[in-house]
Amino acid sequence: MDFPIFHADLIGNRAIIATIATLHVLINHGLAVGMMPLIAAMEWHGRKSGESRWDALAYKLLFVCFLVTTTIGALTGVGIWVSASLVNPYAIGSLIRVFFWAWFVEWLVFVTEVCLIVVYFLTWSKWTGGAAKRRHIGLGFGLAAFSWITMAIIVSILGFMMDPGNWLTDHALLAGFTNPIYLPQLAFRTPLALAMAGVVAAFLTIFFTKGDEPFRREALRAINLWTLFWAPVTLAGGWWYATVVPEAMKDNISTAALTMEFEGWQTEFYLIAAGTAALLYLVAQVAVLRPGWVPRPAYVVSLLAVVWLTGHFERVREFVRKPYVIGRYMYANGIRVADYPLLQRDGVLAHSTYSYPLTAAEAGPLAAEEREQAQRGKDVFMIACSRCHTGAGVNSVISRFQSLFGDGRWDREQLADFTTSMHDARPYMPPFPGTKAELLALSDYLVHLRKSGLAIPGAQHTGVAVNARDVAVQSAQSTSPAESR
Amino acid sequence: MMTPIPKDIPLALPVPEPLLVALLVGLFLLHILFVNLMVGGTLLTVFYQVKGLRDPRYDRLAHAIADTVTVNKSLAVVLGIGPLLAINTLYTVYFYSANALTGDMWLGIVPIVVIAFLLTYLHKFRWDAMAAHRRIHMAIAAAAAGLFLFIPLIFLTSINLMLFPARWTEVQGFLSAMLLANVLPRYLHFLLACLAVTGLFIVWLFRRAGAERLGAVGIERGELLRTGYRWALFPSLAQFVAGPLVLLSLPEAGVINRVVVTILIGAVMAFPAMLLMLAEVRSPPDRIGRRFWPVVVLLSITVLCMASGRHLYREASLAQHRDLVKAKTESYLQAARKANVQTPK
Repeated sequence: MDFPIFHADLIGNRAIIATIATLHVLINHGLAVGMMPLIAAMEWHGRKSGESRWDALAYKLLFVCFLVTTTIGALTGVGIWVSASLVNPYAIGSLIRVFFWAWFVEWLVFVTEVCLIVVYFLTWSKWTGGAAKRRHIGLGFGLAAFSWITMAIIVSILGFMMDPGNWLTDHALLAGFTNPIYLPQLAFRTPLALAMAGVVAAFLTIFFTKGDEPFRREALRAINLWTLFWAPVTLAGGWWYATVVPEAMKDNISTAALTMEFEGWQTEFYLIAAGTAALLYLVAQVAVLRPGWVPRPAYVVSLLAVVWLTGHFERVREFVRKPYVIGRYMYANGIRVADYPLLQRDGVLAHSTYSYPLTAAEAGPLAAEEREQAQRGKDVFMIACSRCHTGAGVNSVISRFQSLFGDGRWDREQLADFTTSMHDARPYMPPFPGTKAELLALSDYLVHLRKSGLAIPGAQHTGVAVNARDVAVQSAQSTSPAESR
Repeated sequence: MMTPIPKDIPLALPVPEPLLVALLVGLFLLHILFVNLMVGGTLLTVFYQVKGLRDPRYDRLAHAIADTVTVNKSLAVVLGIGPLLAINTLYTVYFYSANALTGDMWLGIVPIVVIAFLLTYLHKFRWDAMAAHRRIHMAIAAAAAGLFLFIPLIFLTSINLMLFPARWTEVQGFLSAMLLANVLPRYLHFLLACLAVTGLFIVWLFRRAGAERLGAVGIERGELLRTGYRWALFPSLAQFVAGPLVLLSLPEAGVINRVVVTILIGAVMAFPAMLLMLAEVRSPPDRIGRRFWPVVVLLSITVLCMASGRHLYREASLAQHRDLVKAKTESYLQAARKANVQTPK
């Protein structure tokens, strides 16, 4: 990481991306990719059957989708870039250099998708009857196709991050795009989105139809049939996907699903997840056979269930990739695998442009030489640990060591020894990238941090300084660097 | 204070640099056109809704403008992604560094824009339903306008900071970066452009409007066009003051002859556009609107010159630093390769 490091010490940097990205996936799958074909199908069915209430229901669903996708949906999509550029600029910057054209084409498709949804929505009440209505329905299916294509492109990048495949040797876009995870993940996400849209549509239908009219039952039966149709396809796609996850990543699944604290509860977790999926199936199945038997809260439970399952799947997908952010190319700390020999020989501080000055509160109780050491330790923390750990917030490095070494006095050598070999015991941790001296500086800093209980501010609060230990700075010190004003 | 020289990402640019530059400059103009319409449209909506308290015709004009804002805002955001991709690729080191140093606000863009968009929908779709609560309805538009006024400031601050690596070690958070010399003049320049572009948009909107559309507003076509031209003309005239202010507040390092000449050509092209607009404002109702496309073409040339001038400044300002970054990246990669060979696997 050779950028000024943004750091959110309270919720942690991972949570920022996770919140934005998960929200985006839920909206993208449930209200766009899966929902647009369902809405177009409803509109088509309404015209064919001459039942205008199908048309009215489809329009109301579209109204919700239009409002949410063009606001929260669109902005969380941009937000993934915004947050990734803050949290792991090296990773997103590298991905952009590999996938530029994929992203560019995806953008063109996305522009088309947004134009189509605006036209589809605004012409609903104008293009009625005859050829105009047929054209409008065609527009709906066209919109559905473009929604799917955007997802089909992005899924390739997600697959690449887990396993770049042949790209590692030839660095070509096509090799990256056709990574081993791509098609299985697409085969899973497509029916997942379609099934999820059914659950969301059923939930909205209980608000948009009256309880005493027979149409509600007819609509719920049809929508749940849609969900049931895609459910086994989702399971089959999921199975294919699970078979291509690299072996090494499967070791991370229990921690990925349950966090370190609860990783022993794997069986219970699988039971709960399977039970949730079974509940979703049960609600849909009963709604198809006897729509009147399903109480309204059941649709709320189904919606929450599908949101939880999908959200949790995203967490697991993000976590199992560790210790890498780009499989076998770049570790989660933003340092390339190929940089390790140099950094472990010279130290991360010898090749880092920035330093993160101690705040007055941090430096206050320390003597001059202790400050020097704390400064080194803080810089090492920012470079090597801060992408995943905080000082005093979520997943804090202090709490991690506390669970290992308890409440007593911490020994710097003991901390350093553990950190040296932690990646053996915890396969999702990257190896420590620096030297033994840096490890001891980090240990001293952590001991100090534990005592002070202070949060660690990021570059966005306290700024940065030029790191005087950078070998490039040291060698240039005799000559004055050119300053752009 | 020393200027930081960071390392670049060690992967080749995926696209020839001139193509990236063309994409960045061209796509950004497309994006900013709709941003201007979004911000300017919201401001004029509020203005005419207030005016509509006394004369209901203006309330209907406000409604007609508000109807376009929700479409323009969708185009503004999707068309922003293309240039965002281009700037991410072309200026990775500079852009991401500036983003990080203004990180809280940079991240704040996401929720702030979402809220602003939701407010514009609420305002548009509840227009008739809130007829009995006009002031609350107007407050919603005003809140959206307030947010729309703030968001460009975040972008401007970051995009300005990225040009000056020597300042990266001086700033501490968004506010200190916002107060760097050039940001506020550029912001003024931008706001005037929002009003001017929206003024021309009003002319376009009603130039060929049928009787039904004109009847819905209740203002004569000639009067509507004159109104649009006034919004375009006076802020554009003010740009002759704001523009030089931007140029003068720029650090000199990048102000080379090429930059000044390009910008001057743009300013010269704007003169006849001003005269044409003045003539339009003075035209009788049956003749107004005939010079619309010449005005648009001339001002488009002006805008293209300004955007090119801005890019030339950016290049000149960063040229030396980019060479240093390149040299540092190369020597680092060489050292990393050597260490890989020396380290037993």
